[in-house]
Amino acid sequence: MATMNTEEMKELVLNYVKKEYIDDDDTEITNDTPLISSGYVDSFSMVSLLVFLENKFKIKIPSSKATPEAFDTVNSIVALVNQYLQ
Amino acid sequence: MSNIGSYEERLKNFDWSIAAKELEYKDGDIINIGWYCSDRICRKGNADKVALYYKGFGGTEKKYTFNDVRLAGNTIGSLLKKTGVVNEDRVCLFMDRIPELYFSFLGILKIGAIVQPLFSAFGDESLFVRLENAQTRAIITQKKHLPKVRKIQDKLPFLEFIIVIDALDGKELKAKEIAFNLEKAVPVEDLDVFPTKAESPSVLHYTSGTTGQPKGVKHVHYSLISQYLTTKWVLDLQEHDIYWCTADPGWVTGTSYGIIGPWSLGITQCVLDSGFSAQSWYQFIEQYRITVWYSAPTAIRSLMKAGDEIIRNFDLSCLRHLASVGEPLNSEAVIWSEKNFGMPFLDTFWQTETGSIMITNYPGMKVKPGSMGKPFPGITGTVLDAKTFKPLQGSGKIGLIAFKPGWPSMMRTYWKNEEKYKEKFVNGWYLSGDRASIDNEGYFWFIGRDDDVINTGGHLVSPFEVESALLEYPAVGESAVVAKPDEINMEVVKAFVTLKPGFTPSKDLELEIMNFIRKKLSSVAMPQEIEFVDKLPKTRSGKIMRRVLHAKEWGEEIGDISSLEND
Repeated sequence: MATMNTEEMKELVLNYVKKEYIDDDDTEITNDTPLISSGYVDSFSMVSLLVFLENKFKIKIPSSKATPEAFDTVNSIVALVNQYLQ
Repeated sequence: MSNIGSYEERLKNFDWSIAAKELEYKDGDIINIGWYCSDRICRKGNADKVALYYKGFGGTEKKYTFNDVRLAGNTIGSLLKKTGVVNEDRVCLFMDRIPELYFSFLGILKIGAIVQPLFSAFGDESLFVRLENAQTRAIITQKKHLPKVRKIQDKLPFLEFIIVIDALDGKELKAKEIAFNLEKAVPVEDLDVFPTKAESPSVLHYTSGTTGQPKGVKHVHYSLISQYLTTKWVLDLQEHDIYWCTADPGWVTGTSYGIIGPWSLGITQCVLDSGFSAQSWYQFIEQYRITVWYSAPTAIRSLMKAGDEIIRNFDLSCLRHLASVGEPLNSEAVIWSEKNFGMPFLDTFWQTETGSIMITNYPGMKVKPGSMGKPFPGITGTVLDAKTFKPLQGSGKIGLIAFKPGWPSMMRTYWKNEEKYKEKFVNGWYLSGDRASIDNEGYFWFIGRDDDVINTGGHLVSPFEVESALLEYPAVGESAVVAKPDEINMEVVKAFVTLKPGFTPSKDLELEIMNFIRKKLSSVAMPQEIEFVDKLPKTRSGKIMRRVLHAKEWGEEIGDISSLEND
């Protein structure tokens, strides 16, 4: 994981979100698409997304930082992950 | 002046005929909730009044008058009739909180069919068991939820019509699927409203119990009497109010008080169809000048977590009355809302089975933060001794919350499960399944549930249902599901799992199991934590002792474990 750059991280997270949370194949999701505030990922599902990030990037994100705002887009998620990779 | 005026005065000579008279209903008349919530409001001169302000994903905004609502209900009802749906057929609503959901609700009722609202986040298994139990004949859904319906429809021989309200055209649809677009449909001006009577079935909501599959709670059109009056007296809705009920109509609050209550009173209401964020919620209140706000403790605690500073970025001076439902409202939340909004959230207690508010705090009545309040006029509520099922005498004693049957919105049965329904009544009392005490001033104080059902964020989750689903995952040997304390949701689902030989506990396996349950049941039922254990505590007869695990999670005394299996 240490060798993965930010764009690769975004692609990884985006693909995961599409695969796990989006039922309709025609729904277009980008790195800027609001995930929480648009209802694609609800507050209960955020926990599984958090576990995915912690497993994949071998990090621990404090629950106080795992807010709906921080998880709202792929961009903001990766920014959060980057804080704990360093 | 509040609608209820003095609670004490209302208790004197109370009769449900107060509501019947205001609704101009007499015993034996036709009573149809769909008509009362749209046609009647138009006939009373409010056809042009705004019924619904809607704000959806990406900021889409729409506005509908009561006449628009009437026409939309007619149009959808007419479509259903043309497809062959008849009175008492079950028609499922499986949609996000879009306007068509609200209009379809009325349209289904207008033709005498039974509405079966289901939470659109349900996974295919949760959807299947509810549709199978109800022998649902038609489902109205969106394209985005169609994959879940398609996955199970072959196992549902009674499901004949799948109406997709946002399919671009019919080409992408398969057998049984019907494309419908409300905006393009020719509005139906006149629809023969089915002559439903007081005991005609209206709504079928599903609720979870400790054991067995979810139960379909059958309500009737006469429930309107309770829903109308409780909305008027507890939520205090008045002619010029702008009302926001944050509940999804997949749950009973979203229909009793998110459709029937406000619209039978001809009140303008708002719907925000997006995920939660403090910013978007406060902005919504400010934008639509919302005056009465009915929400849930989980949401209130999330707003508290977002901090007080953000509140000052918005003009929320429009708010005049706040209420809460779904789980106990802790005293901190009441005090916080008084500090930040200048008024407390008033707790309301009721259930899917009761159909309307039973115990609550009233405008003008002294609020004791953390208390459930007092029974609604016309409701006889008490706490019963858990062994004798007789009312406890004296204040402060903890017992089972129970009500004298007979209020208008009481469930009429559990769908195809009369036996379970009868079990809810003992010694002439309806047993709520919750425990409380009553103080010396008659205020009820919530203690907790009397069973293993998990109340997470106001949603009831059956441990049995989650455990059954877990067993379908190949690596899982046994499981026990209990509630775990949670700062925001009060409780969340936690699973203790033993693995079959050849499988090893890992964080990746935990994630796989979580996602399996989320897709199969729902995100609400997904364990927020999975603890892999070597074995589960059991009685000597082999029954898993959930209470031992529950006590461990809550730091409580385990109690009598004499029946616990020894090594």
